[in-house]
Amino acid sequence: MSKARAGIVVFPGSNCDHDAYNVFKNILDTNTEFLWHKDGSIGDRNIIILPGGFSYGDYLRCGAIARQSNLMKEIVRFADNGGIVIGICNGFQVLCEAGLLPGVLMRNDNLKFICRTVTLKVENNKSIFTGEYRIKEEIRIPVAHGEGNYYCDDETLTGLIGNNQILFTYTDNPNGSLNNIAGIQNLKRNVLGMMPHPERASDEILGNTDGRRLFESVIESVL
Amino acid sequence: MSEPVVNSDIARSLGLLEEEFERIIKILGRTPTYTELGIFSVMWSEHCSYKNSILQLKTLPRSGGKLLVGAGEENAGLVDIGDGLAVAFKIESHNHPSAVEPYQGAATGVGGILRDIFTMGARPVAALNSLRFGKISSDTDKNNYSEINAERSKFLFKNVVKGIGDYGNCFGIPTISGEVYYEECYQDNPLVNAMAVGIVKQNETATAAAGGKGNPVFIVGSSTGKDGIHGATFASEEISEESESKRPNVQVGDPFTEKLLLEATLELIRSGVVVGIQDMGAAGITCSTSEMSAKGKCGMEINLDKVPLRDENMSAYEIMLSESQERMLVVIEKGKEQIAIDIFNKWDLNCEEIGRVTDEDRVKIYYKGKLEADVPAFDLVLGGGAPVYKREIREPGYLKEKHNFNFDNIKEPEDLNGVLLKLLSSPNITSKNWIYEQYDTQVRTNTVILPGGDASVIRLKENNKALSVKVDCNGRYVYLNPYRGGMIAVCESARNVVCTGAKPLAITNCLNFGNPYNPEVYYQFTEAIRGIGDACRILETPVTGGNVSFYNQSKDYAVYPTPVIGMLGLIDDVSKIITSDFKKAGDAVLLIGNIYTSGVNDKNITGMKDKNNKSQILNSKFQIGGSEYLNTIHGLAEGDAPFIDPEQEKKLHELILKLNERSLIKSAHDISDGGLAVALAECCVTGRKNNIGCEINIDYQSRKDFSLFSEAQSCIIVSADKSSQKEIAELAEEFNTEVLKIGETKPDRLKINFDIDLPLREIDFSYFNSLGKIMEQ
Repeated sequence: MSKARAGIVVFPGSNCDHDAYNVFKNILDTNTEFLWHKDGSIGDRNIIILPGGFSYGDYLRCGAIARQSNLMKEIVRFADNGGIVIGICNGFQVLCEAGLLPGVLMRNDNLKFICRTVTLKVENNKSIFTGEYRIKEEIRIPVAHGEGNYYCDDETLTGLIGNNQILFTYTDNPNGSLNNIAGIQNLKRNVLGMMPHPERASDEILGNTDGRRLFESVIESVL
Repeated sequence: MSEPVVNSDIARSLGLLEEEFERIIKILGRTPTYTELGIFSVMWSEHCSYKNSILQLKTLPRSGGKLLVGAGEENAGLVDIGDGLAVAFKIESHNHPSAVEPYQGAATGVGGILRDIFTMGARPVAALNSLRFGKISSDTDKNNYSEINAERSKFLFKNVVKGIGDYGNCFGIPTISGEVYYEECYQDNPLVNAMAVGIVKQNETATAAAGGKGNPVFIVGSSTGKDGIHGATFASEEISEESESKRPNVQVGDPFTEKLLLEATLELIRSGVVVGIQDMGAAGITCSTSEMSAKGKCGMEINLDKVPLRDENMSAYEIMLSESQERMLVVIEKGKEQIAIDIFNKWDLNCEEIGRVTDEDRVKIYYKGKLEADVPAFDLVLGGGAPVYKREIREPGYLKEKHNFNFDNIKEPEDLNGVLLKLLSSPNITSKNWIYEQYDTQVRTNTVILPGGDASVIRLKENNKALSVKVDCNGRYVYLNPYRGGMIAVCESARNVVCTGAKPLAITNCLNFGNPYNPEVYYQFTEAIRGIGDACRILETPVTGGNVSFYNQSKDYAVYPTPVIGMLGLIDDVSKIITSDFKKAGDAVLLIGNIYTSGVNDKNITGMKDKNNKSQILNSKFQIGGSEYLNTIHGLAEGDAPFIDPEQEKKLHELILKLNERSLIKSAHDISDGGLAVALAECCVTGRKNNIGCEINIDYQSRKDFSLFSEAQSCIIVSADKSSQKEIAELAEEFNTEVLKIGETKPDRLKINFDIDLPLREIDFSYFNSLGKIMEQ
C-alpha cells in the first residue's frame, strides 16, 4: 500500500473535484479526501490537487480570488516546504496567481472556450510527475478551457527551458501559449501546473488512459 | 412611485383579454390592485398557464412504462432506471429572450432547466440543446438571401452558443448533444431549447408542494433585482419591432451562484428538512408561491420586506414579478430552520425566511405594512382556475399544393460527387464541431460517446449502466405534414439512441409553434401532437413533460412547426455501446429496416411491395419530399414528409438491440438528413482517428439523385464481420425486418456504384471544416 494521501481542494466553483477524486480513490485505490476552502489546514495530506473549474466564478482574473482563501495560504506553506502540489486547468491558474509557478494564463488566442483532446509531448521525464512516461513520448489528453494561453517574460522562459521545468508541450497548439507550453513544474520540482486534464484520460471506459501514468508517477514518488 | 389605476386598458397592456379581466374581478369580488393584476397577468400568460395547449397536451401518453412521476406533477419527469435510481429530465424553450439578447437569453435558458432538475433532488449530469436560426451563409444559388440577414443570424448563433457554453462550462455540466438547423423561417424567431438530465436516488427526491400550517417559507440563492420583470408575458406574444425594447425583460445569468445553489440545495434535500421546494423561473416569487400553495392545497403569507433585494427602490409589483435567476422557494419543517440556514451559510448564499404556510387557499402578500395582494392560489394556476381554451382549427392551404408538387421537372445533376460534398459542407448537415468544441463535453468524466454521433452517451459510475440522450426534430417535415412529422421526430430520436445500443424509455418535448390564434398554426399544433402521441404509444415511450412555446411568429410568417423531442434511452451494460463509424476494412455493410423506401431496390425481397400495396408511395421518388437535398441543392421545401410506420420502426429497434446484445454488429448509423449517401459518408469519417471507407453496390429504385439522397425513415446502416451475416439475417426474419447487404468496408475511399467515388480526406475536410469556415470568416 502506497503512503500517498491525496487531498482534493474544493473551492466554490470547483467542478473537476469529483473527477480527480474518482481517479485517486477508485481507479488508483489511494487514500483520498476532499479539502474545503474555508478550512485552514490540509491535515495529513501529502499530495494536494487543485482541480479544474471556475473557482469563485472566475469573474475577475482566473484564480485571483482563490489564492486569497485560507486553505491556499496553507498550501503555499506546504509547497514551500517541499510538499507535492498539482494544479490542473483552473488549478494551474490558481498556482500562477499564488506565485507558486511563474507566468500567467491569458485568454485563448481565438477568444473561445476549447474542449477537445490534444496531443502533448513529454519534454522531461525526470520529474516526479512524469517518471512513468518516455522522453518525447506523445500522449493524448483532453483540454477544456477559455484561458489557457500561457505567457511569461523572456527571462522566465529562459529559466524554464534551462532548468528543464517545461514538462509538457502541445504538438498542435490550441490556445496560443508561449513555446507551446502545456505544463510546467517549479524550480524545486514539487509543484506541477498544467492546462490539459489527465484525470479525463485515466479510465478505460473513456477510451484513453494516457493521463493515468501521471498520477501513478506521483503516487510512486511518495515513499 | 405611483402605480397606475387598474382598468381594462391596463389589463390589456399586460396581455390579458377583456374576458379574463372580468373573470379576475369575479374571482376577487372586486377590482384587483395593480400588484394583483400583475400576478394574474403572468400566471394566466400562455407561458405559465398553458391555456391554449393543455387540452391537446392531455392527449399525450403521460404515464406508464418506467415513469415514477407523470407529466406536470413536478418540476420535471422522473424515470425509473433500476438499482433504486431515477432520471429526472426536461426540455424548455428560451426563444424570445434569445431573439433580443442571445447571450443572456440562452445562458438563462440553461440555468432555468438545470434548476428544474436539481429542485427534484437530482444532480444534473448532462445538458443538451436544440437550436434554430435563419440561414448563416448567403451563397446558396437558389436563394437570394441577403447578406444582412445572414450576418444577423450568425450574430445570434455565435452568442447563443457562447451563452450556453459559458453557463454550462462554469456550472460544471457536460453539454453533450444537440441539433441545429438554419432556415429562413427562423430569421426573426430563433429557437433556443435547453434540456437537462439528472440522476437521483429514488428515496431522496423532493416535491414542489407546500404543506403544514405554520411551516416557514424561505427564499434562497440570489438577491432579487429588477431584471426579467414580465419575462413570462414577453414570451407569450409575437416578436415585433417593439421587441427590441423588451431587452430589459431578459434576465441575467450567474452560473457560479447556480453551482453553489446546486450544492446547497442537494445538501438541504438530503438533510431531510425540506417539505417542498420549487425553483423560481418564469414569474419568480408569484409563480412559486402560488403553484406550491395550489399543489399542497394550502396558502401562504409572504412578507416582501424580508426578500433580499439588489435594488432598494423596488415596488411590491416589481418584487413579485422579477425573474432574477438562481433563486428557490423552500418550505422547511418548523423547528429545523437552523439546519437550512447553516447549509446556505456554508455556501455563502442568502437564506431568508419570508413567510409561513397557512391552511386557507390564499396567497397574501405584505409589503411595508400593507396587504398588497390577496389572491386564491387555486385560481391562478394551471389545472386550477387558469383559463383553458380550445382554438379554431383550419387545414393550411399550402399542404395540398406542396404534396402535389411535381418532382419530374427537377433537373438531375451530373456531378453527384460534387452534390455529396456540397451537402456534407452545408450548415444543416455538416459536423457541428465548431459548436461542441466550445462546450465542456467531458467534465464529470462520464461521457462515453461524445457529440458527433447518432446520440451521446454518459455512463453511470453508480451501476455500470449508461444513458443515451438525443434531441431531434425535422421542422420541415412537420411543416409539410404535421401528423407524420410529429411521428418522425419521436421515431428518429428513438432510432438515434438505439444506434448507440440503448433502449428508448421516455421523452420530454418542447413544442415551438406560431400564434395559436391563427387556425392554421393551431392545426399544425394539434396534428403534430397527435403524431407524437401515436408514435409514443407504439414505441412505449411516455411523455414526462416539457414546454410549449407559442408566438414564434413575426408579422409576416411563423416558424416551421418545431416540436422538439428529447429522448432518453438506457443501456444496461456500458461496455455494450455502439458508435456510428466503420471499424475496419473487410466488414460487410448492411442496410436494415425499411429498405424498399430507401431508394435501394432489393430484387431478393419478394412480395413485400405487393403485400403492402405501398409500392407507389414507398418509391423513393416520393420519399425525396422535404429532403435536405431539395433544400440545399435546389432551394425547395416541397412534397410530403417521408413515409413512416412506427410499428415497423419498433421492430427495427428491437432487432438492432438484439443484434448488439449478441455482439453481431460493429457500428450503427441511421439514414436521416442527406439520405443514404450522406449517412455512408458519416460512417466513413466520424471515427476521426481511423477513417474507414466502403464500396457500395445498389440497384437504384428511381432516379440516381433521389435514390442516393432521399431520407427514408426506419433505416439503419450497420457494419458486421462477414461471418455474422447469416445469423443477422436469421434474427432479422424473426423480427420481420429486412436486411440487405449493400457493400463492404474498404480503406481510403467512399464508392457508390459508378456515381460516387471520393477519397476520405476530401469527405473529412468538407464535413469537419465547413461550419468553422462560415463562422470565422
